[in-house]
Amino acid sequence: MNSAVNAISILILTAALASAATDKPPVLPFESRAGLTSHGRIDDLAFDRWKRLGIQPANPCSDEVFVRRVYLDVIGTLPTPEEASQFLSDQDSDKRGALIDRLLARSEFADYWAMKWSDLLRVKSEFPINLWPNAVQAYYRWIHTSIKSNLPYDRFVRQLLVSSGSNFRVPEVNFYRAVQSKEPQTIAQAVALTFMGARAGNWPKARLDGMAAFFSQIGYKSTAEWKEEIVYFDPQKAAPGPAVFPDGAPARLAPGQDPREVFANWLLAPENPWFARNIVNRIWYWLLGRGIIHEPDDIRPDNPAVNPEVLAFLERELVASHYDLKRVYRLILTSQVYQLSSIPRTGDPRGAANFAYYPLRRLDAETLIDAVCQITGTTEEYSSPIPEPFTFLPESQRAIALPDGSIGSGFLEMFGRPPRDTGLESERNNSPTAEQRLHMLNSSHIQLKIQQSAKLRTLVQLRPGGKPRDPIDRVYLATLSRYPTVEELKTAAAYSQSPGNKWPAIADLAWALVNTAEFLYRH
Amino acid sequence: MSPHQSTNFPLASLFHDSPLPPRSQVLTLSSYSSSACFSASPRLRVEKDSPGISRRDALRRGLVGAGSLLLAAAPRPARAAPPPPKAKAVIQIWMWGGPSHLDTLDPKPAAGYDYCGPFDKPIPTNVTGMEINELLPLLARQADKYSIIRSMTHGVFAHETASYMVQTGRKPGERLLYPCVGAVVSLLRGYNAGYSGLIPPYIVLTEAQGRFSENGFLEERYRPFATGGDPAQARFAVEGVVAQGVSDQRQKDRRELLHNLNTLEKALTNDPSLQALDETERQAYELILGDAGKVFDLSQETDEMRDRYGRNTFGQSCLVARRLVERGVPYITINYEGWDTHRQNFQVMRQKLPQMDKGMATLLQDLSQRGLLSSTIVWWGGEFGRTPKVMWEAPWNGGRNHWGDVFCALVAGGGFKGGHVVGASDAKGEQVRDRPVYPCDLIGSIYELLGIDPGGKLPNSQGLDVHMTPTVADGIKMGGRLKEIV
Repeated sequence: MNSAVNAISILILTAALASAATDKPPVLPFESRAGLTSHGRIDDLAFDRWKRLGIQPANPCSDEVFVRRVYLDVIGTLPTPEEASQFLSDQDSDKRGALIDRLLARSEFADYWAMKWSDLLRVKSEFPINLWPNAVQAYYRWIHTSIKSNLPYDRFVRQLLVSSGSNFRVPEVNFYRAVQSKEPQTIAQAVALTFMGARAGNWPKARLDGMAAFFSQIGYKSTAEWKEEIVYFDPQKAAPGPAVFPDGAPARLAPGQDPREVFANWLLAPENPWFARNIVNRIWYWLLGRGIIHEPDDIRPDNPAVNPEVLAFLERELVASHYDLKRVYRLILTSQVYQLSSIPRTGDPRGAANFAYYPLRRLDAETLIDAVCQITGTTEEYSSPIPEPFTFLPESQRAIALPDGSIGSGFLEMFGRPPRDTGLESERNNSPTAEQRLHMLNSSHIQLKIQQSAKLRTLVQLRPGGKPRDPIDRVYLATLSRYPTVEELKTAAAYSQSPGNKWPAIADLAWALVNTAEFLYRH
Repeated sequence: MSPHQSTNFPLASLFHDSPLPPRSQVLTLSSYSSSACFSASPRLRVEKDSPGISRRDALRRGLVGAGSLLLAAAPRPARAAPPPPKAKAVIQIWMWGGPSHLDTLDPKPAAGYDYCGPFDKPIPTNVTGMEINELLPLLARQADKYSIIRSMTHGVFAHETASYMVQTGRKPGERLLYPCVGAVVSLLRGYNAGYSGLIPPYIVLTEAQGRFSENGFLEERYRPFATGGDPAQARFAVEGVVAQGVSDQRQKDRRELLHNLNTLEKALTNDPSLQALDETERQAYELILGDAGKVFDLSQETDEMRDRYGRNTFGQSCLVARRLVERGVPYITINYEGWDTHRQNFQVMRQKLPQMDKGMATLLQDLSQRGLLSSTIVWWGGEFGRTPKVMWEAPWNGGRNHWGDVFCALVAGGGFKGGHVVGASDAKGEQVRDRPVYPCDLIGSIYELLGIDPGGKLPNSQGLDVHMTPTVADGIKMGGRLKEIV
């Protein structure tokens, strides 16, 4: 890290923002009293950009906001009351960095990101992907293990692209089976979308055909095993035309050579303009709600990056770290940009696209129901709409760890879980609807979880020597990962005559908090 | 090979069956979702009931619920349909489990005690020559309003497969899972026809069937909204609309509490996504505390009217269905459970038929008196009939098993003529004697009356090229639409 550059940018920033920062005090409990500081190269570049545009960035977020945000963003899981209060009372000056490292090592990291990758790779038993449950289990397990062991990203992709074998025994081959048709053009489009962030359906036909030629010699054959399928290189199949890389360079194929390997070599070369860019831009999008190139799966020359320097920096870091994705996560998460408050201090419409504040996003369907279950100590039931083969899941199954897009629940569907039909990021629909609102506010499903929650009841019991406000504090920590403000404490205490410990009033308090924007949204 | 011959249903499965709960046993095609297994013949096999089924039920009953309630669609121009549709709504009385045809609308007193048991005195109706079971006297007086189809057939003896066939007109194991009639009506006569109510256009009273995914390949929004709750209770607790044990006052109090504690929202007054969230809350409370949810409030009916329908879940469901039709809801299914009478069939019939008689007869009469019957189809029927020959031996003790070779349906209103009998079963009610009617024939006729072209294409977002009802090319048996009663 170049500390001279840092020091300069801090000076510049402090000078530029000093007046505004004193105008508006931080909004409690969401913002920190600390001033903006650059934490590294990403921030230097972002500060520079804001200054050029005259955009006032938001204040840094408070620890209360940070702990909740980073748990939800990194492991798709709400912090427990203990985790939240420990973090808040921790006096270590680098506690945020330490928490980021702990979360990147958690087992839920693999669960949550295997879910994201399963969305992109369309991991689903039934229509229209029809992988079939056995293959889904094998494929999901492979994805999960790869993420858990932090398999270098270039090897992850190579295995998906060039493997041959049984869909049960060599799970990566399911990449080719999880495409809606076996036409080489369709496969090429799936490869371009997933690993290049490009929508090849919009390319000139000749360009798509050139890329499709690499995927025209894939053979599929069944075995005596029910629904087993071997995916392999079939040199007998004639390529319909010459194989041409998407950058226009013709490919040279040796006789008997699997063209998929030739394509993978091209794609995974460090100088490839799509490969690293696609993945670092996606990680940015996953963590900050918007791509530096946006939409993140629509990379094309006429859709420029809003801050190309940041993108180039992350690409270099990825390649230099031998494709260590966690390195990229860490760089973004530790940045001041990521740790801004969600309350804008600019009216400039370019603020959002330039990451001048953290954007509000409704929780993912899976994260939301897992959070409600965690608070109330209840479980959910998940099943496939197709009865066979019957799927049995443990009662404690978390939604973020569901292996199969065909296994779900009414809740997940209602809250916009992606159907895993196309692999587009936009399949996930997190926009609020009235039906979702009605469900959260008044369904017996949510009402019973709260009303009959033994965990909440225990949580709010007055303990010997405890203070009357303790039950309210604990409900706040469990739901919003923070303590109530003075004002909130007054409101909550007034809701029940004898403050704190009356159960129906506390149940209503929990009900109210899970229905606040603060709970329903990442902020 | 016809599905009739390929069933190995029977004996093994019977030993698992018990009268309570009614779903302890299901027969399923061994590979419901795979077309490959149909290349030869459908293989039916016995499956013990699994948590998978009941969990799925619970799920759909509980959750799909509050859900679709508010999906008010922007009005769109109605699809052009050549003749003006006679029917605007359908009330489907779904006889969950498959009711005995011999003990309801196709009595066979001449077949003897081993077939008709104690029900050997069918009663005449107000239509000459039409006789029905002696426990249905009120329906007998409304026979001029409905027609009975006594030759329904599909040859499937398994609940899930038969339910799918009767409500989609398709055979399972095709490449796609098709939507059932309610979902198609929800699409074409609901959302695509300018339906804009706060209440969704396809409603199930009170619990979802849980046999298959009603919307098939259509989007989730075309799934039925299952009300949950029990309309025979003092307060009909419709999922999402009425929270059990939460008074209106507490609703108001805690809404205020929520507003007071919405600290982030107060810090972000101008955020457009939070403004959208606010709007959804306003809409939700319109159903919870406002007028839109009152359609489910039976205290708005007189005691006398409620008594006429019968003070039980089925009777009051019929009353709610009438109220929904008045509000313009195009498709209502009353999921009437308890007809899977493997054991003690006759005791169950004595208990249930009078309720059915009262609720249905009042519904027909009430719709007619309000001028709604001419535009409302009432469709009664289950997934199949029941074994004509009674099993007197233990453990059935006078039970009847599944029977898909011939069974009954009843249709009234919305353009269906009353007072007719279509087709006939043989002397013992075992096979079709005249005029087989397959599920797709009946469904096609219902579509026609609703102004939906049965030969038309079914619009869908995946761009699939599919017909509304099967064609000859689909290799499915057909007996022709019900021209005799339309």
